[in-house]
Amino acid sequence: MAIVPNPHKTTGLLGWIDDRFPLTKLYKDHLSEYYAPKNFNFWYYFGSLALLVLVNQLLTGIWLVMHYKPEASIAWDSVEALMRDVPYGDLLRYLHSTGASAFFVVVFLHMYRGLLYGSYRKPRELVWLFGALIFLVLMAEAFAGYVLPWGNMSYWGASVIINLFGAIPVIGNDLVIWIQGDYFPSDATLGRLFSLHVIFLPFVLVALVVAHLIALHEVGSNNPDGVEIKKHKDPKTGIPLDGIPFHPYYTVKDVVGVGVFLIIFLGIVFFAPDGGGWLLEKPNFTPANPMATPEHITPAWYFGSFYAMLRAVPDKLLGVLTMGAAVVIIFFVPWLDRSPVKSIRYKGMLSKIALTLFTISFVLLSYYGMQPPTPVGTWVSRVGTVIYFAYFLLMPWYTRAEKTKTEPERVTHAAH
Amino acid sequence: MQRIKTFLIAVALSAAAPAYAAGGHALTYKFEPDSGNIQSAQRGARNFMNYCSGCHSMKHLRYGRLAKDLNIPEDLLKANLMFTSEKPGDHIISSMPAMEAAKWFGQPPPDLTVETRMRGPAWVYNFLMTFYVDGAKPAGVNNLTLPGASMPHVLMDLQGVQVKVDEKAEGHGEEGHGGGHHAGPKFELVQPGKLNPEEYKKFVTDTVNFMHYAAEPGRNARISLGYKVMLFLFLFTILAYLMKKEWWKDVH
Repeated sequence: MAIVPNPHKTTGLLGWIDDRFPLTKLYKDHLSEYYAPKNFNFWYYFGSLALLVLVNQLLTGIWLVMHYKPEASIAWDSVEALMRDVPYGDLLRYLHSTGASAFFVVVFLHMYRGLLYGSYRKPRELVWLFGALIFLVLMAEAFAGYVLPWGNMSYWGASVIINLFGAIPVIGNDLVIWIQGDYFPSDATLGRLFSLHVIFLPFVLVALVVAHLIALHEVGSNNPDGVEIKKHKDPKTGIPLDGIPFHPYYTVKDVVGVGVFLIIFLGIVFFAPDGGGWLLEKPNFTPANPMATPEHITPAWYFGSFYAMLRAVPDKLLGVLTMGAAVVIIFFVPWLDRSPVKSIRYKGMLSKIALTLFTISFVLLSYYGMQPPTPVGTWVSRVGTVIYFAYFLLMPWYTRAEKTKTEPERVTHAAH
Repeated sequence: MQRIKTFLIAVALSAAAPAYAAGGHALTYKFEPDSGNIQSAQRGARNFMNYCSGCHSMKHLRYGRLAKDLNIPEDLLKANLMFTSEKPGDHIISSMPAMEAAKWFGQPPPDLTVETRMRGPAWVYNFLMTFYVDGAKPAGVNNLTLPGASMPHVLMDLQGVQVKVDEKAEGHGEEGHGGGHHAGPKFELVQPGKLNPEEYKKFVTDTVNFMHYAAEPGRNARISLGYKVMLFLFLFTILAYLMKKEWWKDVH
């Protein structure tokens, strides 16, 4: 099919542009004539919020880079200086550091929504795959950014995480040196993590977000009932009967979500930017010191679950593989779920129990991953790790074995 | 069943334990910094410059910033608080040479700009309150909050000399709840200083309030801007909600 310029036959200045660039077409295809199911609930705010947080990170990041010095001897001082000598520099930094945590909060909830309502099922497999890639890149981006202030926790966190590659047989030790550019985390390490954090990874992240949205808009959004709104179209207009234009309906709705989100997010930024030591760790208020290890080296809270899995396995290499597998397995969800229905609303008891256990174990893993190791913590982590993997690996069986409810023909929606 | 119960209790306990462990070990004195009290911070600045800045820098804080935030006129600042520098734009750098200091004390005295953010204000307060006589130490004193501290008790002149009272001699040790976090002061003043105990507490409070200010000079401005932002966001969210309701009237 050849591209026909200006399919909407606009005139005047807009017509001149539309003859040369699909401005009106883009606006209609992605906003005013993108039909989304009308029954979106609470869980559907987190996609637009993730986009908001991404923009926050990009903008505050641009200003932080103007003042930050990626050089090991002055990096920590430059962060302290930008918070004191740059007008609103403290807020720029807190917006960025709190934004990192907010990113993971909204992305975790966004992914959880996908699990709840089967948003990864055919034809949305690629939407899910791009999303899983975004999550992977986001973790790399967060790790690199965490190291940049070059506080003592940054330093030792970098050391622990990079040394995980040392568990790989034969090439492990050389690989660690190659990644660090030195025998221990140093100026060479800081320089490359800075480059990755501000150039390469954000580029990849934004490109993947675009791909994620293009794929979504190609197939249309899923909804809490997990039924396709395209099955029932108005015979005259071809518009789905249960669809409403994204703009203005979901733009005005998402703005409410943005308001509530900002009250919480900016509440933390303005009144508790340290987050009680969870967002800005106390050991990071002292510059990196290769001679003094912090009492407990713990990852940022959003890595807690994966770190707990690493520690739950007695063998280092197997632990690293377990941690990696925990992320990789997310990619396979579209092909693991064999249920005749998409949404948890119509799935059977086994799926509900599995998701509940998965949720509890993820929260417990996140918690114990941040605590100093204890025998109880290790055992809880082991049980949690098994449940985490069982949720995915047993999915082909429990989703087929259970008795499901009948999906409705149309979405369920109470006008309000 | 019993096993499950035991397991659940163990989980609950291990979850609760870090709450106690978070501060390293229990602090003797409770302390909450008062960041709104400018006068206390002013007195604290005086205390810091006279008793601490000889050895400890605050290399991220400028004299001028301190004067502006704490309402100290420039002539007073120069006459009373600036000992090592002439320009108000300078950072607060101690005159002690770090290399030499490392030889004298085993390590150079740490920079104290963000000490209260690293250790917590209550820790610093306790550190300054809990020096006691210990003949085994080179400086003749030890510290309950930071055992083995290499810093001598610079404020002994003000606080006086205190000894640690053996808990067992007092008869508390046998009651078995030695959890420590309820423990009151275990010190006895054997030789009074220039300040009485209440005055000394006030002196330390002022000093820590100043350090709390210095750790984040923008704190008060941030919080006051925060209230305005919150007010705006509440109004914005209410209006946004009403707008959403209006638009969604046609969705059935």
